[in-house]
Amino acid sequence: MVMPKRVVVGAHYGWRDWLVQRVSAVVMALYTLLILGMLVWFGGLDYAAWKAAFGSGLFRLATFVFMLSLLWHAWVGVRNIAMDYLKPVGVRLTFQVVVIALLVAYVGWTIQVLWGGV
Amino acid sequence: MAALDRPAPKPRPVYLDLFAIRLPLPAFVSILHRVSGALLFLAGIPLLLWVVGHALASPEGWAQMRAALSSPVARLVLVVLAWCYFHHFIAGIRHLVMDLHIGMDLKSARQSSAVTLVLAILLTLAVAAKLW
Repeated sequence: MVMPKRVVVGAHYGWRDWLVQRVSAVVMALYTLLILGMLVWFGGLDYAAWKAAFGSGLFRLATFVFMLSLLWHAWVGVRNIAMDYLKPVGVRLTFQVVVIALLVAYVGWTIQVLWGGV
Repeated sequence: MAALDRPAPKPRPVYLDLFAIRLPLPAFVSILHRVSGALLFLAGIPLLLWVVGHALASPEGWAQMRAALSSPVARLVLVVLAWCYFHHFIAGIRHLVMDLHIGMDLKSARQSSAVTLVLAILLTLAVAAKLW
């Protein structure tokens, strides 16, 4: 195959977003399996099992990694949607700034939920 | 500039009557992938954090969440979000498999999109049956 000789320009974040979307998806899928496994293991969900699960530091860390994957995954997806439908640059920029602020706030909220009671 | 040597492109017809376009099944699954993702972002993430935060705070909080989530409106929201999660999950796995160049031909792609659509609905119905 004859490849065109050309200099590829750009910020190169396209392939990184592509990869982030897939790696974060795999992390979330594994966490989902973990949750399903725990539900089967505990035989349902009551307050005692619920507290016991989140009492484990390892589970809290796994949950934190899941949430970071979820929020980063959401950023890539929402940004793609914004690039497709929000054409005026000002509107798109404002929307993206709001979304970023929201996602950062969610990271803080996640930390509060997981470690706030300790 | 090489681009200037070429003849100007003919204006091509733009046909975007959303009520007249018939989407092929894989395209239908694709737009639902996007819609379900948007709903999970808009409603799913804040609801997840809110519910888990309250339910972890105290036994009273746990009981309050159970009561709040069993109202008919809340159950409807949960069922919709469950469908979003299932559809987004399965459509995502389909993407990952296709990244490995498996099921790329038209027939397989159509079949896997049908499987995605149906499986997500069946799992959602199972959740709905459990909630009611």
